[in-house]
Amino acid sequence: MQKLGDFKLPHFFNYPPYFTLQPIRDTREKQVQLWKELIIDYCRTQKVFVIGLEEEFPLFANPVIERSLSHEAREVFLSALVQEGRAEWVDKGHKKCLILWLRIQDWADYILSFVKDNGFEDGVLTVEEIRSGIESRGTELHGMDRTILMRALKLLEHKGKATIFKGTSADDEGVKFSA
Amino acid sequence: MLLRLWLLEFLTTSMGRSRFITNKKESKYLSKLELEQKVKTQMKRSPLSRDGNKTLTPRVITWLGLSNGALTTVACKSCDFVVLSYIGHKTPLSLKPFSFTLSIYATLDRKCNSRPRVRLQVSASQDGVIGERGGARSVVITLVLRGSKSGDPDSFFGRLWEAWRGRAWEVEGEGEGSAAAERGSSSSSVRIAMPVVGISGLLRREQEIWESTDKTLQDAFQDLNALMSKAKEMVILAEKMRLKLLSGPANQANAVKDEEIGSKQEMQDWMLSVGIASPVTKESAGALYHQQLSRQLADFVKLPLEKSGGMIALIDIYCLFNRARGTELISPEDLLQACALWEKFDVPVMLRKFDSGVMVIQNKSQSDEEVFERIKALVLKPDALKIGISPSDAAMTLGIAPAMAKEHLLTAESKGILCRDTSPEGFRFYINLFKEIDVNNIHMVKDYGVYSCWVSAACAST
Repeated sequence: MQKLGDFKLPHFFNYPPYFTLQPIRDTREKQVQLWKELIIDYCRTQKVFVIGLEEEFPLFANPVIERSLSHEAREVFLSALVQEGRAEWVDKGHKKCLILWLRIQDWADYILSFVKDNGFEDGVLTVEEIRSGIESRGTELHGMDRTILMRALKLLEHKGKATIFKGTSADDEGVKFSA
Repeated sequence: MLLRLWLLEFLTTSMGRSRFITNKKESKYLSKLELEQKVKTQMKRSPLSRDGNKTLTPRVITWLGLSNGALTTVACKSCDFVVLSYIGHKTPLSLKPFSFTLSIYATLDRKCNSRPRVRLQVSASQDGVIGERGGARSVVITLVLRGSKSGDPDSFFGRLWEAWRGRAWEVEGEGEGSAAAERGSSSSSVRIAMPVVGISGLLRREQEIWESTDKTLQDAFQDLNALMSKAKEMVILAEKMRLKLLSGPANQANAVKDEEIGSKQEMQDWMLSVGIASPVTKESAGALYHQQLSRQLADFVKLPLEKSGGMIALIDIYCLFNRARGTELISPEDLLQACALWEKFDVPVMLRKFDSGVMVIQNKSQSDEEVFERIKALVLKPDALKIGISPSDAAMTLGIAPAMAKEHLLTAESKGILCRDTSPEGFRFYINLFKEIDVNNIHMVKDYGVYSCWVSAACAST
C-alpha cells in the first residue's frame, strides 16, 4: 500500500484513468466523487486548509505511475467541493481554494464545545491562543486556518455567543465567549 | 403461354440484379417496361408483366419481372429473357427504318399521350421457339416504355441498335449460337412499317444526319473503347490466373512452404478484387443509377466485410469498389448515396456513422454487444489490467483496422465499460473501475470482482 507521509492512499490512486478527466458523464461523476472524498480525507488528516491550484500538491500527482492531474481536472474537482459547500475559492481567479472539511457552522459548534470543555465561558482568549495555545493542542483547532477561524468566530458573534474585540495589531484580536 | 416457352429462366443475384455470365455487360437499364406479345395468327395481346426492369446486354434482353410490381422489394428469383440473337437480322440496313419508327412513336407520345413503343418482329416456329428453322408464325414483341423520366426511349433504342449491329452473339459465337443465328436468319425476318413521305420522310433524313454525326463521334472514341475492352480482357486474365493459382497448390502441396501459400492466397484475393463483370454506370442505368449502384454495392461488400470482421471503413470500400470497377470509377458522393439507399432495401448490410464522424459499412447481424464482450475479455487480461490497451492492441486482437478498433473502444467507453487514460505515452483504455469503488469507504476492496482483480494485478507489478 502506498503512502503519502502518514496518509494511507487508496488502491485506486495507482489506477491511471483516475488521473485523466473522464469524458463520459456517469464515469466522471463517480470519478469526481472519489476525488472529493480523497481530497477532504487528506486535508483533514494532514491539516491542509488551502490548496493552490498552481502549486504542487502531493495528492495531484502520482510519481509511481507517472500521472498527474491537469489544471482543468484540478479545477473541476475543487469546484465540485465548492458547490457542495465543502470548499471555497479564495480569489476570483480560482487560484487558491479553502478546504472546509468542517463547515463554518460545524467549526463554530466545535469551538463552543472546546470553550465549554476548558471552562473558558466568560473568559477571554486571543485568536492566536485558540490556534496555537496549549489548550487547543490535540484538538482540531490546533493549527487551523486563521481565515476559517475568524469566520467561525464571526458567526458566533452574530449569534450573540461571542464578542470579538480588536487589539493593537491584527495579531492580537481577542474573543470573549458568553455562556 | 407462348412467351413462356422462349423466355427462359434467368437467375438474379440476391440483390435483384441480373447475374452475368462471362463477357456480358449491361448496355442499358430501364424501368417500367411492359412486354406485350402479338401473335399474328391469333392477334392475342397478353401483357406479360405490369411492371419490371429491363436490361439490355449485347446478347440478351433481360427481363427482370417483379412479381408484386414494387421496385424496392426484390421478391423474384427467376426472370425471363429474350435471346437477342434470335431476333437479329442479317443485314443491319434493314433496321434503319426501325429506328425511324421509334422516333415517330416518341413524337406521338407527346401528342397523343401514348407511350413510346419498340416493336420487334420475329418469326417463331409452331412451338414458339423464335428463329428456329421452320418459323411459321410471326411474332411481334412490343416493348412499351412506361414512365416519363426513367425511359429515355432514344437512348434505349440507340443501345439496342448498337448491340444488334455489333452482333455480339456472333463474335462470341461458339458454333451453336452462330449456327442457330445462321439458320434462323434464313427464315426469320424483321419487318417494320416504314413511312417514306411527308413529315416522316423529313424525320428520316434528320435521323440519317444524326447517325453520321454519331459515327464520327464513335470513331473519335474508338481508342477509348479499345482501352475499355482491353480492361475487360484483363479481368478475364486475372480470373484465369486466379484459377491457375487455385489449382497450383494442389499439385505440389508438399513442396510449397507456408509463406508461399500465404502470398498466393494474397495474390488470389487481389485477383478476385479486380473484376465486377458489369459495373452499373450512369449511362446504362440512367435515373436508376443510384438504386442499381446500391444493389451492386450490397452484393460487392459481402466478401470484404467477411474478411474484415463484419465492419469496414467506407473509405476502404471506396477504394476496393473502384478498383473492382476498373475504368468505370464512381465519385465518393455516388458511393454515399448508394449506401444511403440501403435503408430502403432489404439488405444485410448497413451504413453506420460513429459519433466521431467516421463512417463504416457493417453487417446488420453484427451486434455491438458481441464486440463489447470481446473487448471486455481483452481488457481483463492481467497485462491489460495493469497497463491498459491501445487501439492498435485492440485492432490486432479483434482483427480489424485500428481506426475501427478505436471507434469500438470509444463506443465501449460511452457505455461505461471502459475509461480512458491520456498521458504523454499515449491514449489507452482500461476497464472501468470507478463504478466498483464505494465512495463511502474508499479504502475498501471487496474480496471478489473486477476491482480486486485489478488490485492484485497492479500490486504484482509494484
